[in-house]
Amino acid sequence: MAMDEQKIKELITAGIEDSVVTISDLRGDGDHYAAHVVSSAFIGKTRVQQHQMVYQALQGKMGNELHALAIHTSTPEE
Amino acid sequence: MENVIFDQIRKEINSNDIVLYMKGTAVFPQCGFSAAVVQILTQMGVNFKDINVLEDTIIREGIKEFTQWPTIPQLYIKGEFVGGCDIVREMYETGELQDLIDSHNIPTSNAA
Repeated sequence: MAMDEQKIKELITAGIEDSVVTISDLRGDGDHYAAHVVSSAFIGKTRVQQHQMVYQALQGKMGNELHALAIHTSTPEE
Repeated sequence: MENVIFDQIRKEINSNDIVLYMKGTAVFPQCGFSAAVVQILTQMGVNFKDINVLEDTIIREGIKEFTQWPTIPQLYIKGEFVGGCDIVREMYETGELQDLIDSHNIPTSNAA
């Protein structure tokens, strides 16, 4: 049911070019994560678009295997 | 079928200033993320229409497709998708949410 931290990181890194991904397990239960994604691919995109890119990288796993993932995105300059 | 649902969603978000698709109701949220957005909107003193997706599976799936956004809650202001819990919280903290609401002349009861 729950998803492995490393797997989340791999998917996001593979799906968004030039991205640096930091995952934290919020409750230590392997089910509630936060992802901090920094990428130059976010430049010029709205927050909604940036988060949509992360969801796309997760290939439909968000809301299914992946129950809770707080997302924070930023560009390298921020 | 999809078009009927999308039309229904468009009608809701265009006929109300602020619409929140959420799990549970504003009075009784049934998910922590939904509750967090309700709390922010309540704190800002704005009126909003809450739509409980737990009562309607078709809307629950339809709204996710409508925005290509896999999670609930989803906040709409003046027909525009603003974001989910993380974005709303971030925008509230930076004051952008207040600016957005002000820019549409939506009344708040406890104006700053």
